[in-house]
Amino acid sequence: MSAHRYLIRGAAPLGGDPTDLLLADGVIAATGAEAAAQAGDAQVVDAAGLVVLPGLVDLHTHLREPGREDAETVLSGTRAAAVGGFTCVHAMANTQPVADTAGVVEQVWRLGRDAGWVDVRPVGAVTVGLAGERLAELGAMADSAARVRVFSDDGVCVSDPVLMRRALEYVKAFDGVVAQHAQEPRLTEGAVMNEGVVSAELGLTGWPAVAEESIVARDVLLAEHVGSRVHICHLSTAGSVDIVRWAKSRGIQVTAEVTPHHLVLTDEIVRGYDPQFKVNPPLRTAEDVAAVRAGLADGTIDIVATDHAPHPVEDKDCEFDAAAFGMTGLETALSVVISSMVLADDVDFGWADVARTMSAAPAAIGRVADQGRPLAVGEPAHVTLVDPDARWTVVPRELRTASDNTPFAGRELPGRVVATFYGGRATVLDGVPQERTA
Amino acid sequence: MTSGTPARPRPEPGGERVVLDAGDIARATTRIAHEIIERNLGSSDVVLLGIPTRGAFLARRLGERVLRADERDVPLDTLVGTLDITLHRDDLRRRPVRAIEPTTVPAGGIDDKVVVLVDDVLYSGRTVRAALDAVSDLGRPRRVQLAVLVDRGHRELPIRADFVGKNLPTSASEHVSVRLSELDDVDEVAIGKGGDR
Amino acid sequence: MRHLLSAHDLSREEAVLILDTAAAMAATQQREMKKLPPLRGKTVVNLFFEDSTRTRISFEAAAKRLSADVINFSAKGSSVSKGESLKDTAQTLQAMGADAVVIRHAASGAPHRLATSGWIDAPVINAGDGKHQHPTQALLDAYTMRRHLRGEDAIGSDLAGFRVLVVGDVLHSRVARSNVDLLHTLGAHVTLVAPPTLLPVGVGTWPCEVSYDLDAAVAARPDAIMMLRVQRERMSSAGGGFFPSPQEYSRKYGLDGARLRALGPDALVMHPGPMNRGLEISAEAADSAQAVILEQVTNGVAVRMAVLYLLLAGADDRAGVSTPELVKDSV
Repeated sequence: MSAHRYLIRGAAPLGGDPTDLLLADGVIAATGAEAAAQAGDAQVVDAAGLVVLPGLVDLHTHLREPGREDAETVLSGTRAAAVGGFTCVHAMANTQPVADTAGVVEQVWRLGRDAGWVDVRPVGAVTVGLAGERLAELGAMADSAARVRVFSDDGVCVSDPVLMRRALEYVKAFDGVVAQHAQEPRLTEGAVMNEGVVSAELGLTGWPAVAEESIVARDVLLAEHVGSRVHICHLSTAGSVDIVRWAKSRGIQVTAEVTPHHLVLTDEIVRGYDPQFKVNPPLRTAEDVAAVRAGLADGTIDIVATDHAPHPVEDKDCEFDAAAFGMTGLETALSVVISSMVLADDVDFGWADVARTMSAAPAAIGRVADQGRPLAVGEPAHVTLVDPDARWTVVPRELRTASDNTPFAGRELPGRVVATFYGGRATVLDGVPQERTA
Repeated sequence: MTSGTPARPRPEPGGERVVLDAGDIARATTRIAHEIIERNLGSSDVVLLGIPTRGAFLARRLGERVLRADERDVPLDTLVGTLDITLHRDDLRRRPVRAIEPTTVPAGGIDDKVVVLVDDVLYSGRTVRAALDAVSDLGRPRRVQLAVLVDRGHRELPIRADFVGKNLPTSASEHVSVRLSELDDVDEVAIGKGGDR
Repeated sequence: MRHLLSAHDLSREEAVLILDTAAAMAATQQREMKKLPPLRGKTVVNLFFEDSTRTRISFEAAAKRLSADVINFSAKGSSVSKGESLKDTAQTLQAMGADAVVIRHAASGAPHRLATSGWIDAPVINAGDGKHQHPTQALLDAYTMRRHLRGEDAIGSDLAGFRVLVVGDVLHSRVARSNVDLLHTLGAHVTLVAPPTLLPVGVGTWPCEVSYDLDAAVAARPDAIMMLRVQRERMSSAGGGFFPSPQEYSRKYGLDGARLRALGPDALVMHPGPMNRGLEISAEAADSAQAVILEQVTNGVAVRMAVLYLLLAGADDRAGVSTPELVKDSV
């Protein structure tokens, strides 16, 4: 079927020497001279000057459905993901109802499959109703059609150390991982921004770095003790980077993620009291930003994850204290990483590192076997084409996400996703999402 | 007293013409002082209230001459005060906000006194209208009179001066600059082009 | 200056202008005829999302003495808790023709949102927001200090060279933040005195000194001491457990008779009110001859008159006081 045969001409795999790729029958059928030779009636995509990456994988996406379809749906969120270059997203569990049963995760998984834009991998809640009191039926979710491997109460911390220990142990039975939202609750009551010089001046209640670091430290020690793997969500402080680096040096099975916004924004930007910059964990200091960037470059932090958190306008058009936490990120993530890491002089971070931290490593952590694969013959045709020289200005209304709460409104960013191929189907061409015709 | 009022710069020669020099101003002031005494049969009931900024300096100059001519040996402050009219202006919302100048009234107050308002230039009459309102907030004088150094015409309200240093026919496209040595290092009145600034 | 949101935004010149204008306003309030005409036809809305009868009354008196119409809108207790309500409430008031909004809100930054979100056009005056700022309180405190410490030479002057202690719950205090900013701008030397639990992380960058020892700070003979209100509920574990007991707080950080004598008779004793007698300040100190606490209340009206005048009396393009041309008569 020619609609699903594409000959990508002249794209640079991971920024290397340009070559051709033939996508056919859902796989990379051929590369180099062979690609054109076997192309037949394949649609030709001129990719001269473009970088080709394995389809991006997000380990941390809030699709809001079921429950908050006014902010985002699986359909709108996954279409935005495709435009952002993603072929797989992990849908966080804090929906209404919470994704804490096989029924809810299967519903989300089916919605994702029906939408067809990316592979939607539901994340299961660790505890029933995210209440932090008793374990949800993790095994049932793992055995469901959704094949859940990542479990998280994200939005709230699994703060009870015994409960966290049990979860870490229990998921070993099906090679799962607990993704911890590291936030000591008592140290962060009423907190709305990073605790420091700026919060002192603004009179906003502070969220101290130690509230994250104390949980990260505890959980890596727990993971070591029970021999489990643990994943740290949206790591945001210099101290957390040090702790994870130390844990890895001890052989602890810890992985960590950083969000695009924590790679560039600092708490100074909160001075205008604009709730678009209210996020959890909060924007930190310039020293923290430098530390997480260095940690991402040296591998201490394994992946970039968006923590895409859409909110309707009314939840942000209000007092800072009253506003919801969160920022959208699916459509800006790659550009922010290019801007803050690839193009930056002070860190060594190339296209191969982009592929590692935004595709291969998140797929490995989430145990998604057919994503994050090398760009090689026979591999699944999850492929993203990026124009590294393009520059674009973020206009909230023009983004495909259903919500406008991007922190990058009005900014000019480098790098633009030109095309995304998910399982051999072009979900995005010329930057425009392609509805399924068949 | 710190004032927000800057000194009036003297423009390049030729841009203006001086119509009263220091000697003219001194003679006019002395004459007005005598007229005030004559009109009011002495000065014991008189209070001179100068309208800041230059009217306040003129009031002090007048006060010194009145005391001398009337042969009274009392402090100047028993005769002379200042009257800020800013809060009573009718053009507040048409101009950038104005600093408020002090209002000081001689210890005897103004009730049943003859208040002589003193200003440098009489033009539209709106300043005097505001001053009359301000005076009525301070008390009930027996009579209110008006002394100005220059009357340049173009009245917009039914107001006239009781004592005038010099009547100065002008066009509305001209402006009148009064300079007093207390602020401007020189005593003179000049007419220039450019209308009301 | 379009709005008054934070004492931090005021330059020395602007602050001195407000204090000088307040002095002129205060002089008019000595007269039999206290009402002045400059805001005739203007409508000032007091938008209070948090109870504060004394601050509201002070603003109301100030506006009325300048002949403005006053609308009091108390949003406390109505269904105002979620954000959209601030926007809707503000726009409703704007639709009613508010020329200025005086806002009190428990959320830090709410006045800033009101002023900068494009919801309304009117000037916004912060009457206290959360733990952030209370600029008119700082202005009336500075006015009171300047009047007493400078005397006849007050007009046109700042507070350069004076030393002020601010004592108590700095962490939760908008009064402390505003005063540190304004007193620093005016050249005074500020020392914050508090238990470490009641100082914010980051206080080290503020333009002031910090001490944990009230007796040592008092022994240095400051020119004024400002006692902050301490809420008793901050002692409970639920309230944060910031100090062990009222007795211990009072012993270590209260202004009692002994410390009053150590201060000497010339130091001003100040308090923004309402006072917890026996906790942060003893009756002896509060009622002493050197206490100017009631005068602070009186001066509040004059300072708020000055702020309303300077923000509202000017031209419609609101070329505010930061515009250098404070025009005088040109003839």
